[in-house]
Amino acid sequence: MAIGKKPKLAVWKFSSCDGCQLSLLDCEDELLQLAASVEIAYFLEATRAQIRGPYDISLVEGSIATPEDVERICQVRRQSKKLITIGACATAGGIQALRNFKDVDQFIQAVYAHPHYIDTLATSTSIGNHVSVDFELRGCPIDKHQLLEVLSAFLNSRKPNVPRYSQCIECKQAGTVCVMVAQGIPCLGPVTQAGCGNLCPRCRRGCYGCFGPKETPNTASLSHWFEQLGMPPREIQHAYRSFNANAPEFRKESERYD
Amino acid sequence: MTAAPSSPTASAILDSAELDRLIAGLSGEGYQVIGPTIRDGAVVYEPLQTAAALPWGWADRQDGGSYRLVKSERNAAFDHVVGPQSWKRYLYPPVQRLWQAQRRGRGFLGVTRNPPTPHYAFFGVRSCELHAIQIQDRVFNNGAFADPGYLARRAAAFIVAVNCARPAGACFCASMNTGPRASEGFDLALTELLDSERHEFLVEVGSAKGAAILGCLSYRPAGDSDIKAAQTVWDAAANAMGRTMPAGVETLLKHNLEHPRWDEVGQRCLNCGNCTLVCPTCFCTTMEDVTDLTGRTAERWRKWDSCFTLDFSYIHGGSIRRDSRSRYRQWLTHKLANWHDQFGSSGCVGCGRCITWCPVGIDITEEARAIRDNGG
Ligand code: SF4
Ligand code: SF4
Ligand code: SF4
Ligand code: SF4
Repeated sequence: MAIGKKPKLAVWKFSSCDGCQLSLLDCEDELLQLAASVEIAYFLEATRAQIRGPYDISLVEGSIATPEDVERICQVRRQSKKLITIGACATAGGIQALRNFKDVDQFIQAVYAHPHYIDTLATSTSIGNHVSVDFELRGCPIDKHQLLEVLSAFLNSRKPNVPRYSQCIECKQAGTVCVMVAQGIPCLGPVTQAGCGNLCPRCRRGCYGCFGPKETPNTASLSHWFEQLGMPPREIQHAYRSFNANAPEFRKESERYD
Repeated sequence: MTAAPSSPTASAILDSAELDRLIAGLSGEGYQVIGPTIRDGAVVYEPLQTAAALPWGWADRQDGGSYRLVKSERNAAFDHVVGPQSWKRYLYPPVQRLWQAQRRGRGFLGVTRNPPTPHYAFFGVRSCELHAIQIQDRVFNNGAFADPGYLARRAAAFIVAVNCARPAGACFCASMNTGPRASEGFDLALTELLDSERHEFLVEVGSAKGAAILGCLSYRPAGDSDIKAAQTVWDAAANAMGRTMPAGVETLLKHNLEHPRWDEVGQRCLNCGNCTLVCPTCFCTTMEDVTDLTGRTAERWRKWDSCFTLDFSYIHGGSIRRDSRSRYRQWLTHKLANWHDQFGSSGCVGCGRCITWCPVGIDITEEARAIRDNGG
């Protein structure tokens, strides 16, 4: 980043619920430090002031689900030196990617009183499917500590410490008792990337896979174990079909249960 | 380090009600007492205020990928064995900040902040765990590579061992020569004597520190019948091992690096890393260097790592161990074979944790046996 001049930060929204952008506003204690370190040039959720591009860092939330999204993400990419996608929508297509497994026109006919007002794509896909991305930050929603870590890393030209290993490693580091072994609760943790701070296992729930597939996930072996725990095949399919349904490894595994 | 004579010097009998005074006595000496207690369906090691927090009347059923607490038919304090955690959590914490530095001009000024050394009293250390601690002593007291933080915490620790009465289904310390009876490396060792007549503990003294603490309690000297009763407990435990490690596993694995079983287990292994993190001897960590947003403060953190992650074998050009097969083989051959060359013993003490806490129940004794039985 240019010395002496504050880097310009932009936050963009595509098809999403706004939860990940709000993580930025959630950084209460660190918000002042952030404001001191960057110039918030475009962030409609926080301020109506808009400063023109180009931007040093763009955070992109949301998936590509409409024809207009496709055009706009190309504009954002052109104006951004570094583009970081945040959240399951932006990194995998989000929960709205469930449409990818069905016929979207049927949904539109069934749901909307005036279907002809709806202009949408047949699929919801990740930002990375359309433009090149400098870093993908996972989660539904993202974890604010990881967000600060990624911003600190980009501002200081270093590698972010965002491990791609399993949720299990995070459980064991924290001393959380494994819900699958101690209670027989099916848990996606062994194939899911760490990062949430084992929110669910800490509350005696199995991991829902919000942070998407870990590096080299062995989904077939885990599904086999779920079957042995007595989980019906349809539920196994549903386990992989949530916020990260369109992430390639989860998608492939759920399709084995079609 | 705990100064332990090679064999316990004296033994005494404590009433079970005295456990509270033992915990209070250790606290009075300035120790933070850590011991077994139940949380979220498992026995974990956490700070103990009183003996009431012990898992009285509970036992554990353990098998590959499965752990359940069950009500025991008697009210023993120690009818369970080892749970998902080990004492390494305290001697070698999972996340540690090594240093912090502030930017000064064009460089950084190092500020090391070593927290004061905690004085732990570990209450209820099993024989396999005593051996695991001694193995980690050899890892961390390694000449030029010594870890001062570990060594300081270790030297300050007081150890109350417990002799296992009921090994669990995943235990195989007898075949690793690491138990079930604690033979050395403790300050005090307890054997629970419980029948219709009495609920008492035989106490063996392993060090001067142990003798001093015992001196503050009300006890009577142990008689022949007490020793005999304890012997019955020790023998029963030795005969109740859930599993066995095949003999000669070190050579077996070294000669079978291309055995087809590695492919087969690679299909099942999730490369999740649980086995290495629950193992009381695994010591691998990774470093994370972080800065704050402004770049004025930098810190170095050390975190538990595992040879099951891709980053673990990352060198110029990529990770060497890309598939589960090669990562599983790294774990098993390091643990059971190459550890001998590196540290002069096996890296496995037969505690069974990696078997129980593997989410898909992969069993190291079964893998070794499969290699042996199929042309290995
Ligand atoms: S609770 Fe889930 S994520 Fe945690 S160790 Fe168990 S399987 Fe892994
Ligand atoms: S390898 Fe498994 S059985 Fe052996 S010491 Fe480690 S966790 Fe225990
Ligand atoms: S088995 Fe793996 S994690 Fe454990 S000490 Fe060896 S290399 Fe490290
Ligand atoms: S052996 Fe089990 S615990 Fe270890 S990495 Fe493989 S699946 Fe995970």
